[in-house]
Amino acid sequence: MVSEGYSNVRGGLAGRRRSWMGWQFVGPFMAVFALVFLAPIAYSIYLSLFRTRLIGGTSFVGADNYLGVLQDPQFWSAFGRVALFLVVQVPIMLFLALLVALAIDSGRLYGTAFFRISVFLPYAVPAVVATLMWGFMYGTRFGLIGNINEAFGLSLPDPLSPDLVLASIGNIVTWEFVGYNMLILYSALKVVNPSLYEAAALDGAGQLRIIWAIKLPALRGALVIATIFSIIGSFQLFNEPSILKTIAPNSVTTYFTPNFYAYSLSFAGQQFNYSATVAIVMGIITMIVAYIVQLRGMRKAV
Amino acid sequence: MATSTPTAGRASRPAASSGRGPLVIRRRRSSQGRRSATLTVLTALMLVYTLLPLLWLVINATKTQEGLLGSFGLWFSGDFALFDNIGTTFTYNDGIFVRWLLNTLLYVVAGAGGATLLATLAGYGLAKFDFPGKKAVFAVVIGAVAVPGTALAVPTFLMFAKMGLTDTPWSIVIPSLVSPFGLYLMWTFANDAVPKEILESARVDGSGEFRTFFRISLPLLAPGLVTVLLFNVVATWNNYFLPLIMLKNPDWYPLTVGLKEWNQQALTAGGEAVFNLVITGSLLTIIPLIAAFLLLQRYWQSGLAAGSVKE
Repeated sequence: MVSEGYSNVRGGLAGRRRSWMGWQFVGPFMAVFALVFLAPIAYSIYLSLFRTRLIGGTSFVGADNYLGVLQDPQFWSAFGRVALFLVVQVPIMLFLALLVALAIDSGRLYGTAFFRISVFLPYAVPAVVATLMWGFMYGTRFGLIGNINEAFGLSLPDPLSPDLVLASIGNIVTWEFVGYNMLILYSALKVVNPSLYEAAALDGAGQLRIIWAIKLPALRGALVIATIFSIIGSFQLFNEPSILKTIAPNSVTTYFTPNFYAYSLSFAGQQFNYSATVAIVMGIITMIVAYIVQLRGMRKAV
Repeated sequence: MATSTPTAGRASRPAASSGRGPLVIRRRRSSQGRRSATLTVLTALMLVYTLLPLLWLVINATKTQEGLLGSFGLWFSGDFALFDNIGTTFTYNDGIFVRWLLNTLLYVVAGAGGATLLATLAGYGLAKFDFPGKKAVFAVVIGAVAVPGTALAVPTFLMFAKMGLTDTPWSIVIPSLVSPFGLYLMWTFANDAVPKEILESARVDGSGEFRTFFRISLPLLAPGLVTVLLFNVVATWNNYFLPLIMLKNPDWYPLTVGLKEWNQQALTAGGEAVFNLVITGSLLTIIPLIAAFLLLQRYWQSGLAAGSVKE
């Protein structure tokens, strides 16, 4: 049936014909996409406009939930924490990823392939396993910190204490994703035309000059992509703090990150309407920040 | 031909890419002559950082519960209990770990396999067909990448609860079926890998579009497909948040949620601490993925490189 339709219009010279055929390929994806992306977004917007009370049932409250979130100190405390995480952890991780990508791309390492795969390997480790593993190592009792304290008679600060737990999470996330980001940057470097390096070398440019004048500009697009992924990742931080809570219950609050807050509101507090509002506000903030980064990154590129 | 060792790969590269001109060869040669030990040692610091925790995991999977508490973390304790630990992990609590492993496999095969199929079909459709609403599809899917995935989890849970899907495998598999990133990667890949002329001549020969897709295009898309499959497998194998909220019945848990439950056991009143099983279970959980990444290196590295051309 379909091929008949094609044979009817086959005389056309154009390579592509505008027809509904493409939908047979795109349709299945879009159907599931509508169910698990579009419908939940629509549903959470609907939820955010109502409030359910024990007495009186569900009523329409307009923007009340949104005003509530914007004046909620727990939400802003959670937001402040992921914002701090974003401005400290993401630059450190991306800088390390950049250094390793440049080192591997320089072709001056012994065992390049081994470096590439070994640095990437933690990406294959589930956040649950990574957090449990680091959580045990952080332990002052039978972890490495405990070992070091014992061996040298020190009393290092507990990485899982309330003051340090965010930095400890930052280390876990860096460990998980530095290799992934390295690979994004490395893939971008591979695309650079080698004759550029050749020309630069003929002009007497050293390695650092080549990095500065050729490699870094070539990496701009990939860095913007990696930054946007990291922003999204930071703002929806959940897995690592939620699992660390099973190791250090007193250091991680139920509103540690916005996502954790939304989760606690729903599943401990049954406040589904307010929880949906928190998720929407955080989603909007994420999109705005990602958009600004993209605009700035692209403007510099021109 | 495919070369397996890195040195052989490097040696054969100039020959393979001779079409790109002599500059490529000269650069490879000159850089090979200037290997730097200093740079290697400095970069190796990063290697220590990424590999040390994995080494810690392997070492500590050989210890008993008492050995864990009483010995140095980065060296073996007196008794070598790895095989005991593995045995206990598989049999503890009526072999629930095996059940979790099978659940994980089910979610990976159905979820990641389905996601890869849907993303490949859709990416190919977007790359090779012109159809009404194509721009809207692009806009919506690219926009979706920026939506924090976990922000959708709570409304998805509430929707699925109304549909009676929570606490069933469907609640894990259905959301796993959509991978906007996979779609994007397959779209860029299909643009380059499948020449328009081949499709045209297949049409002239009267081959139906789906027949053409499976017989001609799919083999050309293989490297991209392996990449997308691998990243989807990682995403579903490591999925934690979704099963955490969707599932109440431990019989449907994947490994990730199960391990967290075992770890939490020590905190609950009267619960038995089974840290040796948590550690051994963690090791068993990551081995299949690490093996997959190592064995399929050639595919996913070239697939990723192809994806980055378009950035």
